[in-house]
Amino acid sequence: MANVGIVIVSHSPKVAEGAADMVRQMVGDEVPLAWAGGNPTGGLGTSFEAITDAIHRAWSDAGVAILVDLGGAETNSEMAIEMLPEDKRGRVVVCNAPIVEGAVIAATESSGGASLDTVRSTAEELSP
Amino acid sequence: MTAAQDPAGHRTAERGPIDTQTKRRLIVAVADTVVAHFEELTALDASIGDGDHGHNMKRGFEAILQDLDALSAMDLPELLKAVGTKLVMKVGGASGPLYGTLFLALGKELPAEPTRREAAAAFASAVAAVRARGKSEAGQKTMLDVLIPVAEALASGGDLAALKRTATIAAEATVPMRATRGRASFLGERSIGHMDPGARSSSLMIAAFCDEWGA
Repeated sequence: MANVGIVIVSHSPKVAEGAADMVRQMVGDEVPLAWAGGNPTGGLGTSFEAITDAIHRAWSDAGVAILVDLGGAETNSEMAIEMLPEDKRGRVVVCNAPIVEGAVIAATESSGGASLDTVRSTAEELSP
Repeated sequence: MTAAQDPAGHRTAERGPIDTQTKRRLIVAVADTVVAHFEELTALDASIGDGDHGHNMKRGFEAILQDLDALSAMDLPELLKAVGTKLVMKVGGASGPLYGTLFLALGKELPAEPTRREAAAAFASAVAAVRARGKSEAGQKTMLDVLIPVAEALASGGDLAALKRTATIAAEATVPMRATRGRASFLGERSIGHMDPGARSSSLMIAAFCDEWGA
C-alpha cells in the first residue's frame, strides 16, 4: 500500500524547505515529499508551475495532500489540481490546516499507511 | 472587417470578425496600461496587502506582450485561453489564478465572432468562475467589486462609456469597504480607506479595453 504524498506550499522558499526538513526528520524517506516556495522569479509568492511540479514529484497512487500558508498558495494549488490529468485530479487535496504542524501530522499519518481522507482530516483537526 | 459605425463614428457592438490588427491593438492597450500602472498597483497593495500586485501583473502582461504576434493571429477563444494560461503561469500570487480563470473562462464561453449578447453572457460566466476560484462574493473588497457591476452593466446594454464609468466608480467604491477576503482581510478595520489593488487593476484593464475598442 502506497503512502500518501505530502506537498508543502509557502510564499517563502525558506519556510517551505524548512517545514519539509521537519517532516523528513519525523518520517524519514518512506513518505513522498516535495515543496514549492516563491513566485515565478524566486521572490516571495507562489508559482503555479512550481506547485504542479511538486505534486508530480510527491506523486503517490494513494494521493497527495497539500499544505499551504496564505491565500495565493491556496488559490494556485487549487488551480494546479484542476489542471492535472483527469486520472490524478481527484486524488489531490488542499488541507485547511496550519502549514508546519499540518505537514508534520499529515506525514506522520501517511507514514502509518493512512488513506488520503484520514491524512487530510487529521491535519484539519489542527484548525480551530 | 465589416465594422458598422454609429453616427458618432464609433463602431457599434454588432460587427464582423475581429481582425488581427484589432486584436493586436486591444492586447497592447490592456497590457501597456497594466505595465504603466505597476507602481501605483504596488503602492495600493503595499498599503493593505503584501505589496507585490504591481510587479506580479507587470510580469504577466510583459510575458503576454512578448507573444503578441502569435496571440494576435489566434481566433478569439484561443487568444483568451492563451492569455489566461500565461497569466496563471507568470503572475504568481492569488491574482495569477484569478485573472487566469477570468480569461480562460472567457475563452471557453465566447464564440470566435460573438454578438453583444454572447459577449455579455460569456463575461457573466467568467465572473462567476472568478467568484468560485476566489470563494468570494461582492462587498469583500476585491476585484469582484468591479467585475460584478461591469457584468451587470454589460448585461443591461450599457455602452462602452457606461462600462468604463461603471468600472471606475466601482473601484472607487472599494475605498470605504472593509476587506473580508484576501490578504487585506488580515488588517480588519485598517483596510478601510484604501482602494483595493485588484479592483483597481480590473478597472484599469476594462477602461483600457473600452477606450481602444471605441477608438
